Amino acid sequence: MCGMVQQLCKVESCDEVAAKTFLLRFASSEITASAQPGQFVNVLAAEAGEGPLLRRPFSIARVDGDIVELFFHAIGTGTLLLSRKRHGETIDVLGPLGQSFRVDADYDTALIVAGGIGVAPFPFLTADLLKRCKRIETFVGYRNAGQILTSHLQNIHIATDDGSKGFHGNVVQLFEPFLDRTDLGKAKIFACGPTVMLKALSELAKRKNICCEVSLEGHMACGVGLCQGCPVERTGDGSKYALVCKDGPIFLTTDIIL
Amino acid sequence: MTASIKNKIKTSFTLRGIEFKNRVFVASGTFGYGDEVRKLVDVSRLGGIFTKSLSWKPRAGNPPQRIVETASGMLNSIGLANIGVHTFIEQKLPYLRKLDTRIIPNIAASSLQEYCDVLELLEEQEGIAAYEINVSCPNVKEGGLNFGTDCSMTGKITASLRKLTNKTLIIKLTPNVTHISEFARTVEAEGADAVSVINTLIGMAIDIKTRKPKLSTVTGGLSGPAIKPVALAKVYEVAKSVKIPVFGVGGIASAEDAIEFLLAGATAVQIGTMNFVDPVISVKIADGLEIYAREHGILDMGTLVGALDADLKFSVLQSWL
Repeated sequence: MCGMVQQLCKVESCDEVAAKTFLLRFASSEITASAQPGQFVNVLAAEAGEGPLLRRPFSIARVDGDIVELFFHAIGTGTLLLSRKRHGETIDVLGPLGQSFRVDADYDTALIVAGGIGVAPFPFLTADLLKRCKRIETFVGYRNAGQILTSHLQNIHIATDDGSKGFHGNVVQLFEPFLDRTDLGKAKIFACGPTVMLKALSELAKRKNICCEVSLEGHMACGVGLCQGCPVERTGDGSKYALVCKDGPIFLTTDIIL
Repeated sequence: MTASIKNKIKTSFTLRGIEFKNRVFVASGTFGYGDEVRKLVDVSRLGGIFTKSLSWKPRAGNPPQRIVETASGMLNSIGLANIGVHTFIEQKLPYLRKLDTRIIPNIAASSLQEYCDVLELLEEQEGIAAYEINVSCPNVKEGGLNFGTDCSMTGKITASLRKLTNKTLIIKLTPNVTHISEFARTVEAEGADAVSVINTLIGMAIDIKTRKPKLSTVTGGLSGPAIKPVALAKVYEVAKSVKIPVFGVGGIASAEDAIEFLLAGATAVQIGTMNFVDPVISVKIADGLEIYAREHGILDMGTLVGALDADLKFSVLQSWL
């Protein structure tokens, strides 16, 4: 959390890139200078009294020069307000926050598994993995073809719940047979998505004895550990809960109970 | 010129012989142990830091979901998650006592003995300016009833702790009672030096899709701008009924809000939930108070305390016009 800043950032653009899914681009050389894949920002969309009270946390989807990119679903008042931001308007951003993916671990192939908007942290991770010359296979699952986001990802395998594109079924079903391939070398899973998906994936990783890191979502107020609002149960001795904002949002599945 | 005028404004105040540099504090549970946002916030600009509640042993806190946003506010059921007083002394206090502001540990407990034990251990430490006592905790021995809604129990805690310390003792009162001023008078009689008014209001939210409560504990504490008018009325009520100072707390989001609390009778204010939204808001509010003082020719912020113009005929008439 060493590079954390709070600043008003200029919006570069905000576009609907899939059904109800927006790509928000804003400028912050301070955030791009220190952000690592898996970290998030906590964004205040509106002035006091003009929208929700609390900030909303979003994974950093990608950095591009001085530009930070976020993917989000416009589903509530806060995200709807954010989706209406136009070039030149400002947003109040706190970040980068939390822990990043541990990309330097010992593995040959990165297996990225994302459910829905859970794809958000992976363009950033992919860019980093490419620099490290890791092999990447990406599995993304969506409800239907209208929601698909695949920009800046590598070797993409798609599943849709309704079969409108790619594999007909969920992303874990698509992913599981792939693990039996023998050409992966040592693999590591990076995943983000609904809790049920992460839970299934965590059990699969345990069965196959593969290291698995997940990015969690949590109801939080501050994003920095002040409010203690976002606990996740942890395994082992020591304190019962970790905080999604400060100890996460990235966790090894062996460290937490989903 | 501005600087010379600014220098003349007296922002400090004294409580039981301890001087606080100004009247803006951060409320317990909303600023951690002061180290989480140390790079963002210049805490030397604050009157003091009320720490996260401390109990004898660490407390894990409640299961998720602990937080729900509501209209202009939030509900929480953190469950007093904290590192425990021993770890606080070992790991947090050495850093805190170096800060150029006053440190006020907040004590939470589930028995009278635990309140006493935590305070006695803190008594042996350097760098503590005062204590704030959170009485809004379940009394385990008495079937989980909240200490703070039982006037005689609140008085008993105050009396017991008073015997153990010569430092400033501040009791944080809950608004979830019929007459908060009775509680304030009781703790004043038992030797409290000040009261904090108010703790959170009990609230609830339901997910209508699942028909389940949104908080894991069903009900929780409501805070944020939504409760400001309630807090202000409680501060007004308490300040009229006791002579000891009142720390006003509840939904303060701006210097204007803080001034309202001073006018209603608060000697100082605590900024709570808004720290989550804007970690530097307390410093902005401290600045805003000085600007207000300068603009209104106020030389001592203390002159604002309780300076409500209670000429009701005039104000009622004005509100109708």
